[in-house]
Amino acid sequence: MSHITVEEAISQALAEEMRRDSRVIMFGEGVATKQNGLVKEFGAARVRNTPLAEGIIAGTAAGAAATGLRPVVDLLFAPFLTFAMEEIVNSAGKLRYISGGQFSFPMVAMVRTGSGWGVGAQHNHNNESWFVHAPGLKVVMPSRPADFKGLLKAAIRDDNPVLFFQDLSLGYEAGECSDGDDIVPLGKAAMLREGSDVTLIAYAKTVGTCLKAADRLAELGIAAQVIDLRTLKPLDEETILNAVRRTGRAIVVHEASRMCGVGAEVAAILSEKAFWALKSPVIRLTGPDAPPPASFPLEQAFAPQPDAIVEVAASLVNGCQADASERQLALA
Amino acid sequence: MTQREKQMNEFQQSKSPQMSALSTPADLLGTMMLIRAYEQTLPELGFKMVCTSVGQEASATGVVQALGSEDLILTNHRSAGHLIARGADPGRMLAEVMGRSTGYCKGKSGTLHISIKELGVVLTSTIVGGELSLATGVALSQQQLGREGIVACFFGDGAATEGVFHESVNLAAVWNLPVLYVCENNQWQAYVSRRETMRTDHISDWAAKYGMEALTVDGNDVEGVHAAARGAVAKVKSTGRPFFLETYTYRMHGHMEADDQAYVDPNELAAWAARDPIRQFQQRLLREGLLTEVEVGRIEARVRSRMEAAVAFASSSPYPELAELTTEVYA
Repeated sequence: MSHITVEEAISQALAEEMRRDSRVIMFGEGVATKQNGLVKEFGAARVRNTPLAEGIIAGTAAGAAATGLRPVVDLLFAPFLTFAMEEIVNSAGKLRYISGGQFSFPMVAMVRTGSGWGVGAQHNHNNESWFVHAPGLKVVMPSRPADFKGLLKAAIRDDNPVLFFQDLSLGYEAGECSDGDDIVPLGKAAMLREGSDVTLIAYAKTVGTCLKAADRLAELGIAAQVIDLRTLKPLDEETILNAVRRTGRAIVVHEASRMCGVGAEVAAILSEKAFWALKSPVIRLTGPDAPPPASFPLEQAFAPQPDAIVEVAASLVNGCQADASERQLALA
Repeated sequence: MTQREKQMNEFQQSKSPQMSALSTPADLLGTMMLIRAYEQTLPELGFKMVCTSVGQEASATGVVQALGSEDLILTNHRSAGHLIARGADPGRMLAEVMGRSTGYCKGKSGTLHISIKELGVVLTSTIVGGELSLATGVALSQQQLGREGIVACFFGDGAATEGVFHESVNLAAVWNLPVLYVCENNQWQAYVSRRETMRTDHISDWAAKYGMEALTVDGNDVEGVHAAARGAVAKVKSTGRPFFLETYTYRMHGHMEADDQAYVDPNELAAWAARDPIRQFQQRLLREGLLTEVEVGRIEARVRSRMEAAVAFASSSPYPELAELTTEVYA
């Protein structure tokens, strides 16, 4: 085990996978400039800089994936994905099906997003749910260094196109991480904290927010479970349902905007499949329907904070469901 | 076989890469006639939402017959000519258009996205420009995995006005990718004349500025296209660099078969109809004694019987099982 940061975990995963499989190739805006170690080890043909043109970067990845390579591309910031939607959604996501299974698209597109750096709405936009909604894609958004490493390795080995979202604020978060070849399977959530009163379901930076809230709830005598979804598609329904069937209460917490976000899907699954186990409405605590601001206090207010989670969880557990719903509406 | 050898062989047939044989006039004529017959059969069968390449058969035939079996193809929504010239079975193509399980893509593509892995046809893109954005990646695989085949990417003048065209040719030039860009400049972009959308008459002028050899040829002269394409293919193979071939031609039918072309100047249509690539080639072959009326009749009969067999095969093929609805979404 080593104590490493998320950035180090990503670099380790890339190097280990490129070492393991000569078909893994990496390119993107500044990839060769920033990943100098990879260039030294694997050569300039496998680690390449590209023009600042996300469409052709993603399209080149899709074409290469269809014909034998396993490309990893860095598209920098999630809002830039709009330039690559055609290639990712219409080509990589659909062409396996359209071709009747003749071609597959083993590729990973990495992007960064989230509050924390004050970069504003054209560099920060948690648009992961757009890709969850698109057929043929998988979507990963980890919170801990070990998961960044293990999930990136799994994404590179997967035969499907995977969107790998990196929460900007987590880059220098450190944590324990295996030195070995540990894979974290796609589609498996992690139960990070057990508790019997309420289930907090989160991913990326809001996992940490929920863990902080759970500590404070414990002081109030409320035992909160915390689930890190890690992979948003395929979504680990089983872990979510099993957990909420035990607690009967769920709060889904994410930075992305509320409407049609991942929280909406989780809430719908719970109401369809665990309705009779629910003791209270499923509550979403999310970012507002607004572009993410740059100003630090506004940016912090955009993402759900521990106070709100504690308040809502306490009112759910204490039976003040109306308060919780109103609180949720006030936050919307 | 090592993993790398498997990768290398995946798209390479046993034949060692070499210059394809010069097609005979009878080959070229027969292929063009089969393309025409196939595309005329579609509306006769009631398929009006299909995009045909009537008038562009010389471009498809001349270029595709210059490719080797190890070369790969990406093309656009007017792909029937490219597929047939590559040797695709019109029966399986028609089955795909009819949504039958015997189609090349098991009925999941329809007319607009037929890919045929066994023939090295990686993509028919209906998103205009989609073929351009994937072609660089396919060529990167060829370069990176040490395969011999080059990538032929077919698109139209409409795609050349898309941003991704410029991104693609630029990246292919910068990375020295083995792509033969084939711009079939057919003068129409859906319902808009090319002259309304660009200041140049020749898209090769644009491509040359990105740092590759670029050439425009008469796209209605099948032998001229074939000769130019053979030269271009040889050049891409020997240099490993991209080459841009523009075939100047004309879309004789509407954007799709249901389009009555009411917006097209009848004089323009008539002028291009007089330059029909099939008729003018056939007339020249007869005039110069390179082919006899009897031989032409034999080619026509063979095309007719192939299309009859194709229609019979496709119409008698089953539809996919409903369980196919959600298969092959993920690998």
